[in-house]
Amino acid sequence: MCKGTVICLGSDIDTDLVIAGRYLRTKDRAVWAAHVFEDLDPALAPRLSGAVIVAGRNFGCGSSREQAPIALKEAGVAAIISPLFARIFFRNAINVGLPVLEADISSCSDGDEIRIDLEAGSFELGGTTYPFTPLSPRMREILNAGGLVNYWRGKA
Amino acid sequence: MRRTLTERILHGNTGEYVDAHVDRAYVHDGTGVLTLASFREMGVPIGIDPSRISVLFDHICPANNGITADLQRELRQYASSTGVFFSDCGGGICHQIMSEGVILPGEVVVGADSHSCTGGAFGAFATGVGATDMAAIWASGETWFRVPETIGITLEGSLSGGAEAKDLALSIVSRLGMEGATYAALEYTGPGSEAIDMDGRLCICNMGVETGAKNAIFYADAVCREYLAGYGHAIDIQTPEDCSYRQELTIDLDDLVPLVTVPHRVDSARPVADLQGTEVDQVLLGTCTNGRYSDLWRFAGIVRGSKVKVRTIIVPASASVLLRATQDGIIADLIAAGCMVVTPGCGPCLGIHSGVLGEGEVCLSTANRNFKNRMGVGGSIYLASPATAAATALTGYITEPEVFHV
Repeated sequence: MCKGTVICLGSDIDTDLVIAGRYLRTKDRAVWAAHVFEDLDPALAPRLSGAVIVAGRNFGCGSSREQAPIALKEAGVAAIISPLFARIFFRNAINVGLPVLEADISSCSDGDEIRIDLEAGSFELGGTTYPFTPLSPRMREILNAGGLVNYWRGKA
Repeated sequence: MRRTLTERILHGNTGEYVDAHVDRAYVHDGTGVLTLASFREMGVPIGIDPSRISVLFDHICPANNGITADLQRELRQYASSTGVFFSDCGGGICHQIMSEGVILPGEVVVGADSHSCTGGAFGAFATGVGATDMAAIWASGETWFRVPETIGITLEGSLSGGAEAKDLALSIVSRLGMEGATYAALEYTGPGSEAIDMDGRLCICNMGVETGAKNAIFYADAVCREYLAGYGHAIDIQTPEDCSYRQELTIDLDDLVPLVTVPHRVDSARPVADLQGTEVDQVLLGTCTNGRYSDLWRFAGIVRGSKVKVRTIIVPASASVLLRATQDGIIADLIAAGCMVVTPGCGPCLGIHSGVLGEGEVCLSTANRNFKNRMGVGGSIYLASPATAAATALTGYITEPEVFHV
């Protein structure tokens, strides 16, 4: 179970907008967190701690950069909800332990409170309970391990 | 049961999850650094024959500053000590080097870069993943996939006038939209596909990911066999079966005209004629979409003997491309026409070096993405073919290639 405050974003947000190419040459996660969404809206980064992003369609399209979900997680994003994720971003998010939920939401506003029950496969927003598309058993295992590195550490 | 080519290669039916043996796994300097970090954190030994792994530096080559140099040095040292295939700065773009006699029909090819779908031109299942997924492939030699639904694209007729394979790629992205093929495979068949050369197929498959596709694939035919024979490979031809597609699209190549995709969406192609006259500050020929020998050849054929009117950056896709174009005199023609020729690699496509745009500047590029700020904060990118890029370089504004009797 996790809770968060909704931040609504539009459709087709590419990974260049999540974290620009000019910030990739480092392994310092704090740099990515500090500059996340800078080219979309520089005011967003400080608001991400404890946030659940409710995005439009095709979130995370474009580059395979794993720094995109890492930046969001590092900035404190608890989960992302979109009706359709770009596939590499979707895999990457699970692999870094960031919950991504595929679901259609009729309406929501910035600041709404949301409660997510990952085990039950649903979340509650504005008095409505929404189901999300279940993850495959393998993806659930990876997410439950906290990401793919931890999943493999367990096998070492 | 009859299957799509992707189902045949992944040994599964659409919708099934499979653990696929990975024949070729590759990273570049950008994603490889994170792959190595994740792999070391996993604390497991390499579980794959190192000869199946490639490390190919292309994103910032040569290094632009000390931080990049340090990150590259760490990965270079690791690659040199493990027996993986290593291509250093100057060798060229990872997807191009993998296309120079490495990727073979029927293989499962995974690259830590979204444009790894390029290799589908050889009748291989080729797709992109992130850095940690790649680390797990280093650990096991396998990865999981959901076998995708396939969108069948039948090509008829042949390209004519100023239209090129790039115009077809831009057209398909706009017809399907930026999410039109998410999670799906794009499979190319029909008499028109047989008329497209390997460089053209690589360009078309390269842009598959811009529709959200998992992979894009051509059947290995006589054209593919002849290309790979040039690298010493004898391959079997792949024949389409009468399979079922999620969606079908037929495109008559004779109807295609030169297109330009406008800022900042990659699914916004319009006829070049509609944009004729739009002023540009820079022209870029290169990238994993259009930095191949035939692209340089066509561009040089248009600018030869004239002078470009705006700064024009040429980035050969690989050292082999650069060498061949040098030996044939193409590079001399380009330089005489006023173009800059820079190190083989990704060039300024991702906005870090070798031609970053300033505020308000406009670039006509042969790349595959025109996302906001990608080539520099405040810059705008139009995407087009090498021929349209050459015509535009000569006038300084977006120009139909036919103006120069293409």
